[in-house]
Amino acid sequence: MLSIIRTMWSVFLHTFHRRVTIQYPEQKAYLAPRYRGRIILSRDPDGGERCVACHLCAIACPVDCIALQATEDENERRYPEFFRINFSRCIFCGYCEDACPTYAIQLTPDFEMSEYNRQNLVYEKEDLLIDGPGKYPGYNYWRVSGVSIGGKGKGEAENELPPVELRRLTP
Amino acid sequence: MGTIYIDGKASEADPKQNLLHACLSLGLNLPYFCWHPAMGSVGACRQCAVKQFKDAQDTRGRLVMACMTPAAPDTRISLQDPEAVAFRAGIIEGMMLNHPHDCPVCDEGGECHLQDMTVMTGHDYRRSRFPKRTFHDQYLGPFVYHQMNRCIQCYRCVRFYRNYAGEDDLNAFGISNEVFFGREQDGVLKSEFAGNLVEVCPTGVFTDRTLRRHYTRKWDLRMAPSICGHCSLGCNTTMGERYGLLRRVVNRFNSEVNGYFLCDRGRYGYEFVNSEQRIRAAQINGAPTSVTEAKRRLSSLVAGGQQLIGIGSPRASIESNYALRRLVGKDRFFCGVSDGEWERTRAMVEILQAGPARSASLRDVELSDAVLILGEDVTNSAPRMALSVRQSLRQQSFETTQKLRVPLWMDDAVREIAQAKRSPLFIAAAGATRLDDVATATYKAAPEDIARLGFAVAHEIDAKAPEVPDLSGEMRELAATIATALTGAKHPLVIAGPSCRSISVIESAANVARALCDNGHSAALSLIAPACNSFGLALLGARPMSEALAAVQDHGDATLIVLENDLYRQLPAKLVDGYLAKAAHLIVLDQLGNGTTAKAELLLPAGTFAESDGTLVSNEGRAQRFFQVFVPEDGIKESWRWLGDQSWSSLDDVLSEIGTEIPRLASVIGAAPLSSFRIAGAKIPREPHRYSGRTSITANISVVEPKPPDDPDSSLSYSMEGASIQPPAALQPFFWAPGWNSIQAVNKFQSEIGEALRGGVPGVRLFETSTGGGYFDGIPNPFTRRTQEWLLLPIEHIFGSEELSAHASSIAELVTEPYLALNPADAAGFLAEGKPTVVEVAFGGLKQRVPLKVLAELPSGLAGIPAGLTALCGEELPAWCRIERAS
Ligand code: SF4
Ligand code: SF4
Ligand code: SF4
Ligand code: SF4
Ligand code: FES
Repeated sequence: MLSIIRTMWSVFLHTFHRRVTIQYPEQKAYLAPRYRGRIILSRDPDGGERCVACHLCAIACPVDCIALQATEDENERRYPEFFRINFSRCIFCGYCEDACPTYAIQLTPDFEMSEYNRQNLVYEKEDLLIDGPGKYPGYNYWRVSGVSIGGKGKGEAENELPPVELRRLTP
Repeated sequence: MGTIYIDGKASEADPKQNLLHACLSLGLNLPYFCWHPAMGSVGACRQCAVKQFKDAQDTRGRLVMACMTPAAPDTRISLQDPEAVAFRAGIIEGMMLNHPHDCPVCDEGGECHLQDMTVMTGHDYRRSRFPKRTFHDQYLGPFVYHQMNRCIQCYRCVRFYRNYAGEDDLNAFGISNEVFFGREQDGVLKSEFAGNLVEVCPTGVFTDRTLRRHYTRKWDLRMAPSICGHCSLGCNTTMGERYGLLRRVVNRFNSEVNGYFLCDRGRYGYEFVNSEQRIRAAQINGAPTSVTEAKRRLSSLVAGGQQLIGIGSPRASIESNYALRRLVGKDRFFCGVSDGEWERTRAMVEILQAGPARSASLRDVELSDAVLILGEDVTNSAPRMALSVRQSLRQQSFETTQKLRVPLWMDDAVREIAQAKRSPLFIAAAGATRLDDVATATYKAAPEDIARLGFAVAHEIDAKAPEVPDLSGEMRELAATIATALTGAKHPLVIAGPSCRSISVIESAANVARALCDNGHSAALSLIAPACNSFGLALLGARPMSEALAAVQDHGDATLIVLENDLYRQLPAKLVDGYLAKAAHLIVLDQLGNGTTAKAELLLPAGTFAESDGTLVSNEGRAQRFFQVFVPEDGIKESWRWLGDQSWSSLDDVLSEIGTEIPRLASVIGAAPLSSFRIAGAKIPREPHRYSGRTSITANISVVEPKPPDDPDSSLSYSMEGASIQPPAALQPFFWAPGWNSIQAVNKFQSEIGEALRGGVPGVRLFETSTGGGYFDGIPNPFTRRTQEWLLLPIEHIFGSEELSAHASSIAELVTEPYLALNPADAAGFLAEGKPTVVEVAFGGLKQRVPLKVLAELPSGLAGIPAGLTALCGEELPAWCRIERAS
């Protein structure tokens, strides 16, 4: 009996507290940039696709909702031939973003992606790829990796010496 | 066995081994790079450091390299000693100074020994801010992709390539800390075993170039144990599939067969499965049709009251051949190969079953200490065997090594002691062979003379063996030398096969083996078979093809069923045309389109090794089972399913029926556990526990995930869930252990490092020695050359001569153009001012224009054409041919 009265009293006091409920959808909540919502694929500062199709996000995903296939352009720059996320399975844990060595895959502060038809929650690369670098503006994986791609030869990455000439090593 | 103490704990260790071997055999994790179980230690990388203590009182100890220290009894070491731990971490950090930031785009990633060892030592943060050294990469051919920046200078590649595989075009070039591993200049690697670099190199310097075209990480591959079908040796492989495409083949350790290595035909031949030429749907008179319609047509043709005639295949499984034999009746089941080949194959099986010599496994080949090869260029006809023969050459030098008490694993010292000393190897062949460079003596001659040499050797060993009449003094001397070498050896071995298309060569080899055995030597005999299941077909039994034509003719309305066999490759084209024209209906089951499939009324798509289950009998007489790695979405099915009985619900039913119907094949059922086998009630998963994309792979088609396909035929499942403990060896889908993502995880599955898997040796041996039989005495007359005619012989090529692998795109790049080879003196008459010429070969009413090639080692009077590579490949050879310069 006493506890019921105490509970009602406490509810009554809340009438005078500041409101936290907002009038969604007219009013939007603030979501921090690191909020884990809809996943996107970003581009590097030069505008190229950032994803190098390393499959690390796919292996990190606890519900296995990422599938992709690696391929290469004529200069051996690797990129995903297709990249699919089944958002009807995604739990927005952000492990894929943690695993990504290139900052390509990022979670964004957008959660408004409800659908009547589950099939519409299957996103392909075209649906995922945005035009900019997202949260990490400066990074370009290819500038630090040791492989050569179009426009960057051997020994031309950051902090690399020019390649050893084989002729110098042979008698 | 002795007792050693590791971190205070007493353990058993083999004193003949080193500490690294001992630690790994005990299941401990000790990082290493340069040591390789098949190649011993050189102490190059300094990664395997442990603390060794003098005795129980010693607390200071000293750092030693585990791989260079014998596991002598009472050795006391510590793996956990802080100084040893720090030293190992420091070594990795040093190696990583120049290591590129490549893992995300490195094909080794996820199965990289360097990654594993880096994690094992706990080096996780780069402190160095100095610039990294870089190298240019090289083009090394269609098989191996080169990224030199990733090298850690362990020297494994050159040790494998030069010392183990005996080829010299890969080398280490270095000054101070700039060491380059590659060729002098870009170019295709010469070794037929170059593909092993992919597994031998612990980093991503050498990776699989074919995998790169459809790259998939190891963790994403659905994998299954398979048997290589590209020659008769039956090497064990692991196939990997993703999204319905076969991605790659890697070695699957089998202590008795292929050990740690494959040949490039076996590793890269897999791409025929993805070939454009694949038959993916059933066809009726060339028009695609549904599975139901195809089945309906099949049963109406089969039940139509017409005479059925079945043509089997040496490259189809026992089960498929059996299913056809059962359907048509055993009197109407024909072998599908030329009478000559059939006779030779049956003779080889007979010899191995009834002879006193043990049928040699590849391990036996490696352990033999004197080898006689009669009529084979093994590198091209049974490639992996050449690697084993090369290792056998070291056996005799091991005696000196043992006298000097140098342990065998101390690779550099052992090679230093051996110098150029090699165990005897004699090769008699109808031309150059790839092992000539290490042979004690070679003898180039026509098949008749090779056989005569064999018979002469047998007679030298045992006077009871028939004597060769009219033997030249030279040949007698050679025979005596060979006989002395073989009788002086502990484990002599004789190798022969069908390449010369001569049964006398095979019989002479049998005589040598018998002579050795009858005189108290433990000799082994290895007979190479023409195809992956030739011996299985011979054991099953079939009638020769010469009788098939009569059978077709007798019944004007016969229905001919051809199983996985391009008859145009096996028999003269005219003869095949005859068979096909006479038959009222032609049903063909095959995997790739070819001359025979083009004529089929009903064409049924047969599963390849990747898509079906079955059993093959290798040249050793080992029955081994291969398992399908994926279920193709189209109508492709195992041939035995197409042809089989309605009552067969799984492979088990076929196998048990074979067991009761064909007693000689009764033990085949034991080649692998049956489909009912379970581990704690669970099936064995084909997918690793890290398999990704399960809920997304087919989401583009439907977001509702399908149930994984059932596998009624084996105890493997199409899933990542199931038994996680080690399965029986024949069912091992892949090697993976915690902390060991690379193929070196095989260490964790062996009873002792380098020895049999804990799950046993896959397969069952069907041939055991017997005491019966006697010497063959069909000694041929010496070869006499003719003035205007040449004896035409096929020349085997590792790339191209085998039908299926030749369709793999990487191998196709290395297939030679058709040619006619003559020795220089014979060719001189056809060369216009020494320039390349085209000649016309004519025999038996056939003519073929081919470029002339001069082969120095070809005996005079012989002509050679590449086996399986010309329109003449179905003709029965050897044959006397005329050669004219084409105008
Ligand atoms: S982890 Fe990043 S780079 Fe790798 S596949 Fe995923 S998105 Fe692409
Ligand atoms: S070799 Fe191994 S550690 Fe080096 S980049 Fe490749 S995967 Fe990474
Ligand atoms: S290329 Fe590979 S095997 Fe050769 S030394 Fe370098 S890391 Fe070792
Ligand atoms: S030796 Fe023969 S069985 Fe072995 S991998 Fe090569 S082709 Fe295959
Ligand atoms: S493994 Fe022992 S030094 Fe390399």
